[in-house]
Amino acid sequence: MRILTYLRQVLDAEESVRITNQAVALENSKLVMDTMDEYGVEEALRLRESGVETEIIAIAVGPARTQDALRTALAMGADRAIHVETDLRLDPIALSKVLAQIATQEEATLIFSGGQQADWDSHALAAATAERLQWPQATWTSALTLSGTTLTGKHDADEGSESFTLELPAVVTTQQGLNEPRYPTLPNIMKSKKKELRKESLDQFNVTPKLKFLAAEIQVKSRLNKILDGKDAPAAAAQLVDLLRNEARVIA
Amino acid sequence: MILIVVEHANGKVSKSTWEIVTASRELAHQKGGDTSITALVLGGGEGSNIAPIAAEIARATDQVLVADLPALAQYDPELWSAAVAQIATEGEASVILIGASRSGREYSPRVAIKLDAPLLEDVISLKASSDTLTAQRYTYLARVTETIEATSPIAVVTIKPGIYTPATPRTESAEQFDVDLNLPTPRLKVTGKNIERSSRVGLTEADIVVSGGRGVGSAEGFTQYVEALADHLGAAVGATRAIVDAGWRPYAEQVGQTGKTVQPKTYIAIGISGAVQHLSGMNKSKTIVAINRDAEAPIFKIADYGIVGDVSQLVPAILTELKK
Ligand SMILES: Cc1cc2nc3c(=O)[nH]c(=O)nc-3n(C[C@H](O)[C@H](O)[C@H](O)COP(=O)(O)OP(=O)(O)OC[C@H]3O[C@@H](n4cnc5c(N)ncnc54)[C@H](O)[C@@H]3O)c2cc1C
Ligand SMILES: Nc1ncnc2c1ncn2[C@@H]1O[C@H](COP(=O)(O)O)[C@@H](O)[C@H]1O
Repeated sequence: MRILTYLRQVLDAEESVRITNQAVALENSKLVMDTMDEYGVEEALRLRESGVETEIIAIAVGPARTQDALRTALAMGADRAIHVETDLRLDPIALSKVLAQIATQEEATLIFSGGQQADWDSHALAAATAERLQWPQATWTSALTLSGTTLTGKHDADEGSESFTLELPAVVTTQQGLNEPRYPTLPNIMKSKKKELRKESLDQFNVTPKLKFLAAEIQVKSRLNKILDGKDAPAAAAQLVDLLRNEARVIA
Repeated sequence: MILIVVEHANGKVSKSTWEIVTASRELAHQKGGDTSITALVLGGGEGSNIAPIAAEIARATDQVLVADLPALAQYDPELWSAAVAQIATEGEASVILIGASRSGREYSPRVAIKLDAPLLEDVISLKASSDTLTAQRYTYLARVTETIEATSPIAVVTIKPGIYTPATPRTESAEQFDVDLNLPTPRLKVTGKNIERSSRVGLTEADIVVSGGRGVGSAEGFTQYVEALADHLGAAVGATRAIVDAGWRPYAEQVGQTGKTVQPKTYIAIGISGAVQHLSGMNKSKTIVAINRDAEAPIFKIADYGIVGDVSQLVPAILTELKK
């Protein structure tokens, strides 16, 4: 079989966000593979290590620098990578058109993608891709096993969690808790340099986004930052309670 | 027509839907003319309580469509998206409003694809003009506010819970119609459920949320400090992912990127470091209070009030003070 793992390159969560010209500026910042997507790469590798015979293809859509994230996936163990290179910012509905077409071309039967994008905060890509392919989906998975074409697992729902089974083909979203993504080892990084990283142009996918990104701003709520020393616990507690009662007026 | 998909639980319309009614009224006003608001109620099967839900929402909209079908007993993204897309097409809806709950965010993209429409996801404000819809939403783990625009005769929108003021019902009721749907067979088979509900005030509805992290030391520490303080204040309790993963607290209480987003008047963080993934679920709270023994903990950067010190000494001292 063939597994596609879709991944994105985003600002490292520890980096501070800057805005220039109404958009988030990424120059000179540390960029990494979206953590949520890393769990998908890792899960594909684990399925293979558990005995599933599969090729694992990492896919990304984005500017030239995005190939660094694909290289990370190759170094983790993916077999090859496809990079649809574009400077255009695509919303998830538009993006799903690219992913669905690649899945069809590659005859994939399982697609992994992160549950939520660390930058655009969207959950939409997996469901949109599944709909275009007319496949089922399982979102926010926290445990997965594959036997034959039957996927069994656990995932988060509106209230609590559910166990499920699903017949492939399917789109699955991944999240923290599903596994611990491995770090690429030096020998694997060396090996990955010889792996195929195919470049595609966006033109052939016939994508016309219906969403425009107009502006971005950081609205920092100014905070009082009245931080007390708690060495004398009763005194600090009395002072805090007084502030909450009489200054903030948030408790009775 | 603006179409609202009604979220409900235990025979009642959810608060998030009352918020969406407000959003729909604002939109209808901006679009002007005779823009009507239609509510769609999906559900059914054994023990379902659809009639009171339909009656309730009839007092807030112009028309109610009811699909009370055994096939809709259990939420499924393929079922829900097929139902909503069919009704939107038949009613020539221009905007479809869905709650940005986990399920709403899961099936809405399918609706958008079926209708060849853009998706405005998890929005906090909406503005309609003759042929565009402009929305704002939080991005970068709620650190950035972005403005987006959809240019299309039809758009699918999910509304972030807790932002709009819930609408008040009228006295008169709109007409209700039963609808028939062509539904697919669900392919994801749910084989077990682990439902977690908190007995306290709902996390997303409470004025005060008291949350605990690893700094409370143990599951017992959570009860001793966080629950005790919450009960005294009539507050809801929240937790970090770290302690949910450790099994100290149920997932229903998790606040953050992969948990709930809360925006209470007061958020009290006890033994929480303030990782960005946690902050994204609570950084819009009006007043933030933090207790942590590490003066460098990032939570203090967004705190209005705080104490640097030990939870086991400070929380009992605060409780004593509150009881004075
Ligand atoms: C993809 C992804 C999604 C995530 N989603 C979420 C999410 O939804 N919600 C979430 O919360 N996290 C989430 N996380 C995890 C997040 O990164 C942090 O690991 C987590 O929030 C830390 O929880 P914590 O503050 O309880 O623990 P820690 O970071 O360990 O902090 C404990 C704090 O307690 C203090 N402390 C310890 N003992 C005491 C004491 N006796 N008295 C006072 N203070 C004390 C310490 O100084 C420390 O600051 C996610 C992570 C990833 C990668
Ligand atoms: N004895 C201590 N006094 C104050 N802070 C501490 C102490 N031990 C650990 N910490 C802080 O707690 C954090 C780790 O918490 P924990 O994982 O609970 O040990 C670190 O970031 C430290 O800053």
